[in-house]
Amino acid sequence: MENKKTLDRRTFFKISGAAGGGMILGFSWLAQGCKQPEEIAKVLEMPSEWYDINAYLKIGNNGVVTIFSQNPEIGQNVKTSMPMIVAEELDVDWENVIVEQAGLNTDKFPRQVAGGSQSIRQGWKALRDAGATARQMLINAAAKQWEIEASEVTAINGILKGPAGQELSYGDVASAAATMEIPENVPHKKITDFKIIGSDKKNVDIQDIVTGKPLFGIDTKREGMQYAVVLRPPAFGQKLVSFDDVEARKVSGVNDVIKFGDKIAVLADATWPAMKAKKMIKAEWATDTPLESTSDHDKNLIAKLDTDKTEPFRNDGDVDKAFSEADEIISKVYESPFLPHNCMEPMNFFADVREDKVEMHGPIQTPAWGRSRAAKIINREEKDIDVTMSRMGGGFGRRLYGDFSDEAAEISSIAKKPVQLIFTREDDMAAGTYRQAIKYKIEASLKDNKITGYKLSEAAVNSNMYGLIPNFFPAGAIPNLRVAGNKQESNITTGAWRAPYTNFLAFAEQSFFDEVAEKLGKDEVELRMELLEVAKAVAETDEKIEYSPTRMQECIKLATEKSGWGKKSQGTYQGISAYYSHNTHVAEIADVVMENGKAVVKKVTCAVDCGIVINPDAASNMVAGGVIDGIGHAMYGDFSFENGIPSATNFDKYRLIRNIETPEVDVYFVPSTEDPTGLGEPTLPPAGGAIANAIYKATGKRMYKQPFVKEMNVLG
Amino acid sequence: MAQYTLKVNGKSQSVDVDSDTPLLWVLRDSLDLVGTKFGCGIAQCGACTVHVDGVAMRSCSVPVSKVSGTVTTIEGLSENGTHPVQKAWKKHDVPQCGYCQAGQMMTAAAFLKENKNPSEKEICSAMNGNICRCGTYPRINQAVKTASKL
Repeated sequence: MENKKTLDRRTFFKISGAAGGGMILGFSWLAQGCKQPEEIAKVLEMPSEWYDINAYLKIGNNGVVTIFSQNPEIGQNVKTSMPMIVAEELDVDWENVIVEQAGLNTDKFPRQVAGGSQSIRQGWKALRDAGATARQMLINAAAKQWEIEASEVTAINGILKGPAGQELSYGDVASAAATMEIPENVPHKKITDFKIIGSDKKNVDIQDIVTGKPLFGIDTKREGMQYAVVLRPPAFGQKLVSFDDVEARKVSGVNDVIKFGDKIAVLADATWPAMKAKKMIKAEWATDTPLESTSDHDKNLIAKLDTDKTEPFRNDGDVDKAFSEADEIISKVYESPFLPHNCMEPMNFFADVREDKVEMHGPIQTPAWGRSRAAKIINREEKDIDVTMSRMGGGFGRRLYGDFSDEAAEISSIAKKPVQLIFTREDDMAAGTYRQAIKYKIEASLKDNKITGYKLSEAAVNSNMYGLIPNFFPAGAIPNLRVAGNKQESNITTGAWRAPYTNFLAFAEQSFFDEVAEKLGKDEVELRMELLEVAKAVAETDEKIEYSPTRMQECIKLATEKSGWGKKSQGTYQGISAYYSHNTHVAEIADVVMENGKAVVKKVTCAVDCGIVINPDAASNMVAGGVIDGIGHAMYGDFSFENGIPSATNFDKYRLIRNIETPEVDVYFVPSTEDPTGLGEPTLPPAGGAIANAIYKATGKRMYKQPFVKEMNVLG
Repeated sequence: MAQYTLKVNGKSQSVDVDSDTPLLWVLRDSLDLVGTKFGCGIAQCGACTVHVDGVAMRSCSVPVSKVSGTVTTIEGLSENGTHPVQKAWKKHDVPQCGYCQAGQMMTAAAFLKENKNPSEKEICSAMNGNICRCGTYPRINQAVKTASKL
């Protein structure tokens, strides 16, 4: 908080008002500017007046600009990259920019969601418009003052210049600009004129992260706040019958024990007494709906793989004919377990339900949905609820689901106190919205040394993923293709998990094509390039095809070139996987070596086409992270249920990839002038297939089931 | 409840808590030092790593009654983020979500005191107890290497 002195009281109140709801957290970042860390000691001088230009930015009378980052930050770095886009079009020195997390404001901002790798893609035009429109208003204000045409004014790096040598800073005209009519259809910059976009900018929160400032939801503190820890049914399918809280209430620091629904909340002055007391509650549970086990899911899902009768998601040509005329048919089954999200910051949320107002604050990927759910639960109008978002210690899809904000609101409403709800790690892993268990059967018909037909059948718990992506590869690449799915309903809560639909599918599909290549006696890269060539022609007329075969080919070319595909010395085994998801094309090549008789992943070369890269260094970090996360879960992620009870509830039994197991990841971006797409998810799906295919070459063992480490004893 | 006096980040502080209260929660809840993070509560993830007499410890698994030495948290590692580890973390822009990074840095800082010129292998081993779900491990290792030279 060393920068506090540079903010006068009045400025602070204006800022906090704009943040929507008395946000005191994160105070220190306000005065820091978007400086590179070595310059961070130089503190920006705060303006004495701010002028709101539009929803996305305000300009101070000294030229300092505050840009509001409207989307939740879960580690995908949008809090830096989205304001970079605004700053680019505004044409302001990045060092004079302060970034502030905007609160939920659905009137001002179109999509305040962190999910689907869509923040940059869907924000791109609006963010450019915001910056460009503001810049035009500043130009118009200067033109008016100088009594010249706006077209005669230039605006570069926060300085306005006129033809006769006139000069004003953005700060000089901010007051006048704020009252100007808002111009429409302001042109954007030329891509070749970009100065901020495409340059490396440090995370705007870096100084606060490395000094341990209170940035995260779990760091929230408010006057009179109670810490709440909740006892939930230990198994999916159970309900609460009765409980005895006598011992729990004796724990010093415990103030209340509240039943809500089938759950019991302990409220205490601090976290530890609440956690301790929760364990002392003696609860009796009864079976409400059947208690499910993974062994039953496995049997049911396998049975559901024969889905020829199911209405297909996509059906091209005549698949049955292709298969009946085939020289050979390949048929393989791929299986995956449930997966918990395991954000490093356990679920938590703050709620203060008062008569006059409701305040909610914390880590949530879907603040608007969280607010509407809370409104129903506590029977209040949405307009009475202020929601602000903290930085999040990971999301991965888990924080799309507002069960934690629902609980916080309900507990606060009952207790009539401000409440910080916190999950223990055990709560977090046992009360998840898991990536569902899924199985795929993939079949290909081969004739005359070609792949003539393709069938994919998906069997999944609760929801079919493939229904949403039937026009992904290999649609268009194989003339006779049928993809269909079937599901099994379950009382285990499931949902989106980083790269939903494809986080497991990509492994299955890309492993399968390796087997096809082998059967056809083709290089795996060559087969993929040929199939994409076929798809190119189809994609020209079939508008449903979602991926670009050309862009995928470029990724494959770049990855093969950079990884030295086919040129590796003996002892290094390479596997390729190429996958399009979340509007981004990715190719990954894994290098595996044998060490002491075990296959070890040494390196992954990753080529990405995400259009224009906003912040290359940070993008590279995200790309590598997705690859590593993908490898980790393919190798080690293992989670099952027995009678509704999860197999692991903490990191002693649930294995996440660690430092030693992490390979080197080389990242390359395909140069592009296309509109940018997202990176939070698309590099995860191909990783499993790339390493599986390399492991096969090294060991002769195909991987059909995740986690690989459980299936095989060939892994180091 | 009982009174405990701790020396944290150079300051003597008294807290009134149960004897089994982990140091983590004393730091976070009683002393408002929330830079030290809760991750697992069973010394498996390293998010809560602090120094006790310069040695890296998992504060989630050390009861306050057993703390006799001087405690340093991420807030006390340096005056203004100027410890070599913090500088290196900034240089490499290591974090993604950032949640595990305080623990990572505390582990790195204690390790570099013992090993001033570590090999890549030694860095991986030293950092292996700290989980990062975002997968920033390559940058963590680069930053530790850089910090060793600062």
